[in-house]
Formats: sequence, C-alpha cells, structure tokens
Amino acid sequence: MFEQHLLVLPIVLPLIAAPICILLMKSHLAWVFATIISGLSFFISVDLLFATLEQGVLNYAVGGWESPWGIELRIDAASAIVLSVVTGISTLVLVYAKESIAKEIDSSRHTLFYSAHLLCLTGLSGILITGDAFNLFVFLEISSLSTYTLVSLASDKRCLTAAFRYLVMGTIGATFILIGVGMMYMKTGTLNMLDLANRIAEYDGNRTINTGLAFILVGVSIKLALFPLHMWLPPAYTHAPSAVSAFLASTATKVAVYVMIRFIFTIYGAEYVFFTMDMDIILMVLAIVAIFKCSFMATVQSNIKTVLAYSSVAQIGYMILGISLVSSTGLMAGLLHVFNHALMKGALFMAVGAVFYRIGSVDIKAFQGLGKQMPLTMAAFAIAGLSIIGVPLTAGFVSKWYLVTAAIEQQHWIVAFLVLIGSLLAVVYIGRILEAAYFKKPSELTEGKTIKEAPILMLIPMWILVIANIYFGIDTSLSVTAADTAAQWLTQSIPEPFVSIPSVVTEETIK
Amino acid sequence: MSFIIDYYNYWIVVFLMMAGFYIVISANNLVKKVVGLNIFQTSVFMMYISIGKVTNGSAPIVAEGITTYSNPLPHVLILTAIVVGVATTAVGLALIVRIKRAYGTVEENEFKDKDDLI
Repeated sequence: MFEQHLLVLPIVLPLIAAPICILLMKSHLAWVFATIISGLSFFISVDLLFATLEQGVLNYAVGGWESPWGIELRIDAASAIVLSVVTGISTLVLVYAKESIAKEIDSSRHTLFYSAHLLCLTGLSGILITGDAFNLFVFLEISSLSTYTLVSLASDKRCLTAAFRYLVMGTIGATFILIGVGMMYMKTGTLNMLDLANRIAEYDGNRTINTGLAFILVGVSIKLALFPLHMWLPPAYTHAPSAVSAFLASTATKVAVYVMIRFIFTIYGAEYVFFTMDMDIILMVLAIVAIFKCSFMATVQSNIKTVLAYSSVAQIGYMILGISLVSSTGLMAGLLHVFNHALMKGALFMAVGAVFYRIGSVDIKAFQGLGKQMPLTMAAFAIAGLSIIGVPLTAGFVSKWYLVTAAIEQQHWIVAFLVLIGSLLAVVYIGRILEAAYFKKPSELTEGKTIKEAPILMLIPMWILVIANIYFGIDTSLSVTAADTAAQWLTQSIPEPFVSIPSVVTEETIK
Repeated sequence: MSFIIDYYNYWIVVFLMMAGFYIVISANNLVKKVVGLNIFQTSVFMMYISIGKVTNGSAPIVAEGITTYSNPLPHVLILTAIVVGVATTAVGLALIVRIKRAYGTVEENEFKDKDDLI
C-alpha cells in the first residue's frame, strides 16, 4: 500500500512541510523539522534509485487518472540519480544552514528561509519526477519563485538587484518553455512526455514543432545558465546567503540540465534534434566557449563566491558538451558530471561560507594565511578544488575521463584537447586561492586576530561532501553504473505507443 | 491580406509578445520591467486560449444536439499559468519595494553608478 505511493512522496513531503515551518515560529524547531523532512526525501530517493536500476521505470498516475489523460509521474534512472543528488545536497545544506544563516540572514526571517528552501526542493523534485510537459513548467516555476526569494534573503543589499535580475531572466526562460510546450500541444494535442514523443515522430520537420523546439531549448538554456545566457548567475550566487549558494549551485542548474536532456532525448528524440536540426554543433560551440570564457573570468575575480559562480558556468559547459557529443558515452559523462559537480561545488561553497562565518568577508584577501588558522575548512576547500580541476582519485577526474573518452570515440580530437586545456584554467583559479591560503601571510583583514575553526555543524556536511568526492573518485561502481544505465535508457529508441486519443473532445469521449 | 485577417489572434499574440519583451529589455524603471514581463506572459496566455478553439465547436458543456466541442484543456492549463504569472509579479514587486528602501530609487541607471551590480 505504502510502497506504491513512494513515488509521489518526494514532492508531497516538502510541500506540506513548507508552511508548517513558518507555523513552528522558532528557528531551531523549523531547522530540525526541515532537516528531517529533507532527510526522509533523500532516503526515499535512494530507494527509488535502486528500484529504477532494477526495474527500469516506475509509474504513478496522480489521482488515479490513467495516462495520457491524467498527469503521470514517471521516474527512470536518469531522474533518480539527479533526485538523489538534489535531496541529498538539500539535507546536507540544511544541516549546514543553522550556523551559516545565523550570521547572514536576519533572525526574523529564519523560518521563512526553511520554508522557501523546502518549496524549492518541492519544485526541483517535481521537475525530476513528473512525466508531463506542462506539469514540468509548473514545478519549474515553483522552484524558481522560491529561489528568487532565497537569493533576496541575504543581508547585503546587492542581493536584491541580483534577485531581481534573476527573476526577470528566469521568468523569460520559463515563459519561453511555456510557449514551446504550447506549440507542441497545438500540433499533437497531448502533454504526456511519452505520448508527445510518439506523436512528434509523425510530424517530422513540421514548422510548429521546430519552433517549439527552438523556444524550449532557449528557455532551458536560460535556466541552466548556458553561455551567453548566464548573466543572471554570477550576481545571484555571489550575493545570496552561502547556504543558498551551496544549494543552488549544486542543484538548480543541474535540474535544468536534466530538463534539457529530457526534452532532447525523451520528447524530441536525439536523431531529430541532432541530425535534422543540427543542434549538436550549436551546443558544442557554446559549451566550449562557456568553458573558456567563464574559466578565464573566474581567474580574474577577487570575490571568491564570484570565482565559484563563474566556475559553475564553465562546469555547466562540460555537461552540455557531454550531451552535444551525441553518444551514449557522452551523455553518460554529462550525467556523471552533473552528479560529481554537485558534490564538489556544494563543498566549495560550504567552505567559503565557513570563511565568511568567521571573517565576514569572501574576498581573496580574507583567505590569506587561512591554511594555518582554519585547517579543516581549507583542507576541504583544497580537496574539492582538486576535484574541480580533475586530479586523479577525485570525482572530477572520473567525469572528465569519460568526457575525453567520449570525445575521442566520436573522433573529436580538438574537443578532447580543449577539455584538457580548460582544466588547466581551473588549475589557475583554484590555485590562486590555495596559494593565498597556504603560502601568503595574513592580510590586514585577519592579521593579529585569532581565527577559530568553523563550527562543527558546518564542518560535518562539508566533509561528508569531500569524502564523497574522494569515494566516488576511487570506487566508481555506483555512480558509473547508474549514469550508464540512465544513458542507455535515454538513447534507446522510443518505447511502444500509447492508445491514441482524439485531440478534439467529442461527445463520445466525454461519455 | 487573408493571411493577416484569418490569423489575427496570432498576430495580436506576436505583437504583444514583442512589445512586452522590448519593454523588459529597454525599460529603465524596474516597475515598467515587471509590467513588460506581464504583457509578455499575457501574450502566451492568449496563444493558449486561441489553440483551444475548434472550428464550429461550441462551449465545452454537454448539451442536446451538439456534437463538436471546443477543447477546454488549454483554458485549464492557462489558469495555472496565470496563477504563476501573478505570483511572479508579486515577488517582483516585493523585490522592488525592498530595492526602493535599500537604494532609494527604482531607476536602473541611478543605482548602477552608485553600486557595483556586476
């Protein structure tokens, strides 16, 4: 009885819990409650991940309405991996948030923070679980609206303009997706993703369908901050509270990457998008420019959160590059990087948040000489940074390895070479910070002060992520198997068609 | 000419969409940006409502002697999207109120000089 409803719980649990967080009134009560809810969602997601690895796909008809009439919830290996990442990171960030937001968010707004965080989790889980294109838009907006609120919670006034810019860009992106879904509906008369996939195949080369694809790809590209549509991301991640930056950097854009994979591979079909429409060239060029331009931007910033934000845009480039290679290995590398990047960026933003907690600044000057004063935090930053670079024995190495393998498999020698050069730029921007932390004397910000190590509640989640970085760099069996299963599943041909429904409702169908 | 008249609803959609989009990009005042965003979203609502129309179809209520009905689903979908649009406007305006308090202005060019917006 309970088993069959497991699929809907990662959406329903945080949705119901979000208003309760406000009703609890006390900050620490809301913290305990939100963490427990998020942890429960995480266990359910891991359970779902193992179930999908065994059975393939799980279905759930919301309200008992059969698909394609009702809204169908559908989870396969690809969505289960990203769902586990999102709920797992959310739980760790919530553990971390208690101490972090005490310094960064006004105490009267703490319960609002937990509530908005849970709403964002609802939206993100919903995007991953739903099997309905319009429903996906609704969940996307639930997560986006709560994200704007989360960004604007910081005490620095610049977070407001950052949040506003994010709102304008995000809404344009979401509306583009809405237009695209509308155009698909106009032609096919259905919104269920699998049903759409079958019907779109019949309209090969139709102009409405093509325009819909264009709108959806541009809309999703804004949401996932693909170069040159990334301008909202650096200010938003820089000025948001650290806990929010850690959560968003490792989940929100990853979910948007998943949406792009879903639209390209499940709904439109890779053959149509890549061979008929030639999207692979466009995506590949944009991804490579993103890697270089934004890695370079990261090397010249003095605010470390901005460095990490630009690095995020560059890393998204790697994921899109994996997709644009049009092969099962490439897609697998992209998915693997979604998973691994969440682990490393989460840890990096948490470490920066810990520095802000003790020093009150995230400028590179604040990091000078911190290697001695906050050894555990800086060690975590160093290991996660090495993972971003892609040093062997870290998770970052594994995904870059598969990415290069995929590029060579497809005879894209230049791409493989550029990926390696891109990693060298990461050496520069991470190296600068490590140099400041370990080899420079304390600056005027920290000189003569005794700086204590970060509180234990901040260190534990940070180090769990760091250990995960090392673990998934050595034992790749779980992550690679899951990503491989997902990629195989996505690149295989379209499954059996549904029963056809008339696109016009007539008296017969009502009766 | 019939190309314009037969599809007049879609021309309105295109006009509103471009007008709203232009306001979002060009407006200096943040409230105007939100209004532009609203117009942009409204055009999409009109597009959805247009596609629900079925030739010779009546309102989707079961009645004697009527066999063809308009498609009610796009209307239901757009009700949801309108709610999303209202929520976006609310969040946008709330942010503008806080920006006004923090910066003392809602004109974009006025605070760009004072503060590094990136």
